[in-house]
Amino acid sequence: MEILHKVPRIRFMAQRKIAYVLSALIVIGSIAAEAVNGLNLAVDFTGGVVIEANYAKAADLDATRAALNSAGYHEAQVQIFGSSRDVLVRLPPLGANDSANAVTAKIEATLRTVDSGVQIRRTEVVGPQVGKELVYKGMQAMAITVLLILVYIAFRFRWKFGVGAVLATLHDPFVVVGVFAITGMTFDLSVLAAVLAVIGYSINETVVVFDRVRELFPVMRKEQPIEVFDRAINETLSRTLITKFATLIVVVALYAFGGETLRGFGLALIVGILAVTYSSMYVASGVALDLGSSHRDLMPSERRAPVDDLP
Amino acid sequence: MNRYPLWKSLLFAGVMLLALVLALPNVFGEAPALQLSRKDGELFKDSAAAQRFVDVLAAGNVKPDTAYVQDGRVILRFGDVPEQLKARDLIEASQPGAFAIATTFASRAPSWVRAVGLKPMSLGLDLRGGIYLVYQVDVDGAVKQTLQRLERDYRLALREKRIPYESVDGSAGAIVVTLKDGSNPEDARAALAAVDPNVTLAVTGASIRATLSDVQVKQRQDFAIQQNITALGNRVNALGVSEASVQRQGADRIAVQLPGVQDASEVIRLLGKTATLEFRMVDQTGNPIEAQQTGRAPLGTKLYKERRTNRPVLLKREVIVSGEQLTDATSTFQQGEPAVSIRLDARGGEEMLRTTRENLGKPMAVVFIERERQLREQNGEKVAVDVTREEVINVATIRGVFSNQFQITGLTSREGQELAKLLRAGALAAPVYIVEQRLIGPSLGQENIDRGVRALLIGSGLLFLFMIVYYSAFGLVADIVLICNVVLLTACLSLFGAALTLPGIAGIMLTVGMAVDANILIYERIREELRNGNSPHAAIKAGFEKAFSAIFDANVTTAIAGVVLFLFGTGPIKGFAVVLTIGIATTLFTAVVGSRTIVGLIWGRRSQIRRLPV
Repeated sequence: MEILHKVPRIRFMAQRKIAYVLSALIVIGSIAAEAVNGLNLAVDFTGGVVIEANYAKAADLDATRAALNSAGYHEAQVQIFGSSRDVLVRLPPLGANDSANAVTAKIEATLRTVDSGVQIRRTEVVGPQVGKELVYKGMQAMAITVLLILVYIAFRFRWKFGVGAVLATLHDPFVVVGVFAITGMTFDLSVLAAVLAVIGYSINETVVVFDRVRELFPVMRKEQPIEVFDRAINETLSRTLITKFATLIVVVALYAFGGETLRGFGLALIVGILAVTYSSMYVASGVALDLGSSHRDLMPSERRAPVDDLP
Repeated sequence: MNRYPLWKSLLFAGVMLLALVLALPNVFGEAPALQLSRKDGELFKDSAAAQRFVDVLAAGNVKPDTAYVQDGRVILRFGDVPEQLKARDLIEASQPGAFAIATTFASRAPSWVRAVGLKPMSLGLDLRGGIYLVYQVDVDGAVKQTLQRLERDYRLALREKRIPYESVDGSAGAIVVTLKDGSNPEDARAALAAVDPNVTLAVTGASIRATLSDVQVKQRQDFAIQQNITALGNRVNALGVSEASVQRQGADRIAVQLPGVQDASEVIRLLGKTATLEFRMVDQTGNPIEAQQTGRAPLGTKLYKERRTNRPVLLKREVIVSGEQLTDATSTFQQGEPAVSIRLDARGGEEMLRTTRENLGKPMAVVFIERERQLREQNGEKVAVDVTREEVINVATIRGVFSNQFQITGLTSREGQELAKLLRAGALAAPVYIVEQRLIGPSLGQENIDRGVRALLIGSGLLFLFMIVYYSAFGLVADIVLICNVVLLTACLSLFGAALTLPGIAGIMLTVGMAVDANILIYERIREELRNGNSPHAAIKAGFEKAFSAIFDANVTTAIAGVVLFLFGTGPIKGFAVVLTIGIATTLFTAVVGSRTIVGLIWGRRSQIRRLPV
């Protein structure tokens, strides 16, 4: 079986200006969505209390809210988690005088008044300081990853390619985070891990195209750089589509069958993979091209003339 | 002809064989088990020890599937949980209090697998259920404690040397000693230096300022954390949980993982408390009920409450023996009744001997003092406050003269065990409090496993199907290579003793998804070469060679992301990063060397290939 029998001749690079505008819109839109909706950050980042309970029968959320309210937890958020019998209760970070144990025990007792057969499946209590540190560490990890990748690409290719790769790479997390801001899905630690995986994945994609550019430049001496880039993207297009499809199979399975805990992770990767496909073709190559990548950049460097005018 | 170098093929075959052996223990799964260790700290040495328990169980009609000794502990594996629990009760009843019995899981692997030292991947907390705690160590508090101790010692040193002083003040992060007129500052300095020569002493006029150097502060903080890790480790061990871990996390935190443990409040109480004992004589002259009503205890006595009955008791003020003199406490049974067996040091023993000799037939009380550190808000500032609870846990008549070894009775079996555990564990060096607490129920753990495995099977099943449909015979090769990859990855994770978590399963899936990319890169290249009119053999050769640089660079950059994730991540992120990074290495190896070997094996020997099934 083959989806593309011949190498297509799509002029990707001619459309790169449109892609830049689109990318700019996506990034601005993502930031706007985060500003307006805000991210539904999990307790991992905000600190607070999460209790997952399994009711014996379909959960009565209003009764649960009322019970928690009368127990003094006015800020409790109650929502369905997965099935109609699973309930997630969220509380803001505890005050200094509250013991985590006492609070979770009291909530358990409160839920028991709503449904006597309730089972606590999971409790998480995270101090606000821990959350802040996680955000800081996550940012730090992202920055260091991007920097190291820039250095590696610059070393293996040229700095212009490195800049293109990094811009494409930075673009993708925005898309993912934007989708989480718009849908209001919980952004937890595993989603952060997925975002960082998307960064790695994005680079992976970009490198495949760049590798082909690197290979084509010496054999396409007559053509303009734009044609070299176009040809590289077209030649790798069939592989790009098949790989993306294959990986999507796996990630969609994670999203659909992995349960509530892996759903966010799966969604982040699905969105990430789609974003990566686009950004590796348009953003990475476009930037490398616009920075003036030419034959000279990737030709084997000419041997320097011996220095003979030294004393 | 298109043969792949023989040594590379052999290398691949050898690595895969080894990987199969290493990954093997994971196939058998786990079953409920008991892990027994001796409370006196001695180790079980030979299989005879295990056989003794089998005999005990046989008397109660329970037969373990297997019994063996591992790392000085006896492991008994059972068919199901009811059997396991029944066995636990039988063993406890046979020699009450002699063993720490932990309910756990043990691999179903046959004994020869264990004998050669192979172990399956352990399951993380999210898959097994359990408790995860992060303690914050109050390192500043530890430094303050040091200053307080120094302050006391300075006063003592100055008094001993008869150097008159105005004040010794250690409240402002340093100790300022103000001398009285006529005192020689040099003499005072020498006296202070003798206490601790490492403290920096600065003399200005009649005052001496003592400060801890940065190195000393750092040392003190590190020591506080280490001591806490040791103390927490002791307490965790006393809980008898298998596979528990106590690890330092960052500069001033300690992470405790207790797989399989469910009673969080109980565990947290045991881990976070300090306890000690005092032995006092009961005052038989005063009226405790009157004292309770008036709120005034007669001179020389102190009013307490009894723990179970809540009755007031008057005790004499003099402490016979206190907690520091306690060297050991174990819960045992005496004449069928639960008891705590106590040992004292020499000085404590002497005191006890004298007291019991003088007070035969009189009642003596054991006071249990418990300190818990709680954070309170005070003037908008968080302050750690010690909350002390004192109660009489036992009043017993002195029936004989004893010294450094005796028993306390009158407790329930549970109380006895808890008391003995707490007394053994000793005091924590610096105050700790919990900043993160996660509890995962066992049903959720099992569900996570089921869902993770289901997603893995469905995802890879569909992927395998797709590859065969799209690349026919070469697709099948890719599938075999992917399976090799997962086997190799499992082998590596088992070898490193990594724990499998839900994000880890996701990492395996992502690895599969990305490993397929390497194969696709190669096959697309082969197709391209064929389209360009190359012969099948040339196409295979060129396909592998030309795809390599892209595969290599792409995987190295992903590996960079994986390593950074590992270095900066905690908990679930770390588990994901480990799998991702190892997965990249196994992907590179299997996709490049493995694929080539298999392709060479199938098509390499044929001199003529008419059509390549790619």
